Amino acid sequence: MTDAEAKELKVREKQELAAPGEQTRPGAVYTPDVDIFESDTEITLLADMPGVKTEKLNIDLRDDVLTLTGEAGSDGESSEVPVVIEYGVGKFYRQFTLSEVIDQAKIMAELKDGVLRLTLPKVEKAAPRKITVSAG
Amino acid sequence: MIYRRMFGIPNWNVRSPFSELERMRRQMGDLLERVYENALPGLHAGVFPTINLTEDPEMYYLRAELPGISAGDLDVQATGNKMSLSGERKIPSEKGDVQYHRREREAGKFSRVINLPGDIDPEGVKASLADGILEVRVPKAEKAKPRQITIA
Repeated sequence: MTDAEAKELKVREKQELAAPGEQTRPGAVYTPDVDIFESDTEITLLADMPGVKTEKLNIDLRDDVLTLTGEAGSDGESSEVPVVIEYGVGKFYRQFTLSEVIDQAKIMAELKDGVLRLTLPKVEKAAPRKITVSAG
Repeated sequence: MIYRRMFGIPNWNVRSPFSELERMRRQMGDLLERVYENALPGLHAGVFPTINLTEDPEMYYLRAELPGISAGDLDVQATGNKMSLSGERKIPSEKGDVQYHRREREAGKFSRVINLPGDIDPEGVKASLADGILEVRVPKAEKAKPRQITIA
């Protein structure tokens, strides 16, 4: 982590999505930056979704397709007049295909400081069970 | 001359060969303005973080997207009519043996100074951090506020 400490953060443009499926409401849609890593027991996904509140976040997993949707709250009061606008505010959308079988019942999601942490536990492999035969 | 007529090359004004370019640039600007109204995301100072600055008659509102940064790692200062934001984004390394599939989130330090268009009251500046969005409310100095003038 030594070189990471010395690094200066650079501006990265928020990635706007061209056409994310069917859009019913107008507005910009952005792709959140993610980290995905895997251990023996689980897959963890971290996504930067600034401005998204828990009730506006939707996580959907079906047929091995994980979909993240989040809507950032309105940026200030309508009475405010823009002076400098450098970033856009809108929805976040991203979809992933998972290769591992996930234990749906144990999925955990936590949203803190605009970062989503999603834990997807892998299905436990059928543990070998020893069957003892009792003599009759 | 035949060449020019055949291929329909616009008739450049010899005196100011750049007037055509100037016109195109202006049209492009108008087009962008129409798309984003007065918001032009993408035109930024190139310094992290990108900010949105708005105002009303009383205040300036400065907002920045800073996901995963705690209030303790953020330093906000107001001097004169400048606001400075600095801090560090830390991404703690994961415990145990993990293999990365994607790593798009970045950690590092940042520091930025924003010049506000008018004088401010540094005493009344309030900053809050919620859901990864920093919001700084900067009251305008008494003399910078617009004043309603009644006609006698």
